[in-house]
Amino acid sequence: MINAVGREIPEEILKITGKEVFQGSHHFDGYEYKKQGPVTKCVINSNGSKLVDNIHDVLVKCGIKDGMTISFHHHFRDGDYVVNMVMKEIHEMGIKDITISASSLGKAHEPLVEYIEDGTITNIESSGVRGGIGEAISHGKLKGLAIMRSHGGRVRAIESGETKIDIAFIGTPTADEYGNCCGIGGKSDCGVLSYASADADHADKVVAITDCLVPFPNFPAQISMTKVDYVVVVDEIGNPDKIATGAAKPTTDMRKLMMADYCTQFVVNTPYFKDGFSYQTGVGGASIASTISLAKIMKERNIRMRFGVGGLTKPMCDLLQNDQVDVLLDTQDFDLAAVESVKDPRHFPISAGEYANPFNKGAVVNKLDFVILAALEVDVHFNCNVVVGSDGMLTGAQGGHPDTAAGAKCAIVIAPLLQGRIPAICTDVTTVTTPGETVDVVVTDYGIAINPRRQDLIEAMKDVDLPFKTIEELRDIAYSITGEPQKVEFGDRVVGIIESRDGTIMDVVREVKPFEFRSKE
Amino acid sequence: MNPNKKRLRRTMMFLNAQKPGLIKDPYIYKPDSIMLDLEDAVAENQKDAARFSLFHALRSIDYRGCERVVRINGLDSPYWKEDIRCSVAGGCDSIRIPKAETKEDVKLVESEVIKAEREFGRPEGSVLIMAAIESARGVLNALEICEASDRLFGIALSGGDYTKDLQTHITGTGIELMGARQHLVIAARAAGVQCFDTVYTDLNNMEGFRQDVETIHLMGFDGKSIINPRQINTVHEIYTPTQKDIVFAEKVVKEIEEKKAQGIGVFTVDGKMIDIAFYDGAKRTINLAKASGVYKGDL
Repeated sequence: MINAVGREIPEEILKITGKEVFQGSHHFDGYEYKKQGPVTKCVINSNGSKLVDNIHDVLVKCGIKDGMTISFHHHFRDGDYVVNMVMKEIHEMGIKDITISASSLGKAHEPLVEYIEDGTITNIESSGVRGGIGEAISHGKLKGLAIMRSHGGRVRAIESGETKIDIAFIGTPTADEYGNCCGIGGKSDCGVLSYASADADHADKVVAITDCLVPFPNFPAQISMTKVDYVVVVDEIGNPDKIATGAAKPTTDMRKLMMADYCTQFVVNTPYFKDGFSYQTGVGGASIASTISLAKIMKERNIRMRFGVGGLTKPMCDLLQNDQVDVLLDTQDFDLAAVESVKDPRHFPISAGEYANPFNKGAVVNKLDFVILAALEVDVHFNCNVVVGSDGMLTGAQGGHPDTAAGAKCAIVIAPLLQGRIPAICTDVTTVTTPGETVDVVVTDYGIAINPRRQDLIEAMKDVDLPFKTIEELRDIAYSITGEPQKVEFGDRVVGIIESRDGTIMDVVREVKPFEFRSKE
Repeated sequence: MNPNKKRLRRTMMFLNAQKPGLIKDPYIYKPDSIMLDLEDAVAENQKDAARFSLFHALRSIDYRGCERVVRINGLDSPYWKEDIRCSVAGGCDSIRIPKAETKEDVKLVESEVIKAEREFGRPEGSVLIMAAIESARGVLNALEICEASDRLFGIALSGGDYTKDLQTHITGTGIELMGARQHLVIAARAAGVQCFDTVYTDLNNMEGFRQDVETIHLMGFDGKSIINPRQINTVHEIYTPTQKDIVFAEKVVKEIEEKKAQGIGVFTVDGKMIDIAFYDGAKRTINLAKASGVYKGDL
């Protein structure tokens, strides 16, 4: 069946998953449903601590068995030890057929490849995967389907009961013996625990894992004791150097600076750039540079931001320090400056659900004026791919990309025209992760294209001196330089699905076909 | 005369001709000229590989109006003749002679360029020449170098080698370059060719770079060699005429043309005495303003 972004979704996949095809970003507006609640084991007596000696014992207490769904968050990023620690124990216990539901999986989780190969892990639900896990999935080693969801989409799946978490493991920089968890303090400070919030609310069993036990009460708690069954203290939950790095030096790459400048000039010429506007940006060099140049113009024109949101970095926190923004809403901290900024009373941790869940009674992304995003590929329909590499491998994450693009009044994607020798602007993206109907502007080093659906923005820019082009012109320039690339060849088997934030199927990812040299004859 | 001889050259950006990542699309930064380097940036045992990449880049990349200058190896090396053949065959616009010291150096290169133009079927005179002055002798012989060939569009100071020859070093104040800079501009103007200043290598000192460019702009240089695209906008900004200059230049050009028709030689514009001697300068201001995108008038 063909979906609203023109992708063929095999009937068999619709049957297996019970999902519908994507029918447009607002298809479910006004939809009513009942949220799922967890099985709760009451703690009424007053003589207990929730401390359990080790991971093995806590798994036994939680009743670990074949076929369960285990969840994790990714606040420790490439420094995470928790996922591997828990999965190693599950593997050693001989448990099979586990579904991992993670807010994201990254380079830190290469040991999972072995567990995928031996059937310990048979299903993966995540925002994204990288490295070995992506390759294992793309080579068809995962028995079940990989489901790639946006941050908002994951919360929707958990709250609606589509994903039923049996045991949630929440790595936390500090906890008390009763399970009050906080992202601040300890030796593995990550600032906030936003992505673990839905897990704590909806998993049947919730285990806090920390390397810094503090006296009760660990307040204010980001995850409350009311939701936590057990607490395990381990030596190290992560590598602090890889959890929050020092702030990245602003880029000096002229190509990125140029794109950042185009982006900022675009932003300040839209009708949304006025006192009280709202803004989110990513962590790429060009995105960070555009925040820096935007801050200058805000100062010159005496314009104040009402709120900044998202995964935060130093330049966003500098806006708070320099009193250029009223509040920051925080889902993740990418550097030490952002972690430190959480202590500011104007800097609020929010849950992933508050941030982006489309099946809420409203999420923060819906109130965004601007979001600045990146992409691996953008096609002439403005569809973006942020998950599948040019070699056909799963190697990226949706993150909040589709959520913020859908919510923001002006969604801007920055991408160099060529990624190495691969055109980033193309006729059809390899895999659609963010639908073109939600992407308003594409900024490249060769020019800027406005989505023709946004005639209002085209009108607003008619006297602005920026290198505007149509998206087709950008594609043609790219192809004139590299030639039209041949499509990546895939096998027949579907190994993963790209789920839209509303739970429908945006696209499927197929098994990669081993490269075979063919001469032109 | 080759019509490109007097083209606008505010920025000439050095790029290692061997590096595909650098030479694939430098035009997006809009330098007036790019300088594809076969000399110092390329290791001794990589000269052939660099020529190969240079040739194919020149042949296959549309540099979108950017002038393509090739810096060949020194005339004391075994490479320079083959460098010229390869550059001319590829379709370069100009050849930069390093370490030029005498008019004979220019003539020697010119004769090889002529041979290459014939060999590869390019129109005679299509490839221009510029000379880099990198020694005390070169500075003193600047005028004869400037006048050695009709193809020579300009000379450039190369500060690093020149200061070594002078037994000093780059100080950042410009004091060590004062004499050479002044002499080269005077020689170039006397010969009616262009003059370009040396590179500024401290990429992190953008304020120092700006001051350097402001100085050479006032001294009369046509432009500057640069080593990073980050430096381009500063140069172009400083070389962009002010609105006041443009309005005045426009008046001067129009008045001179009008008064000439009426047989009047000397008159005043905004209280300043003007005659035909102001015409070329005013025209240059208008052309520069056009190139900088700040003049939309009808001149």
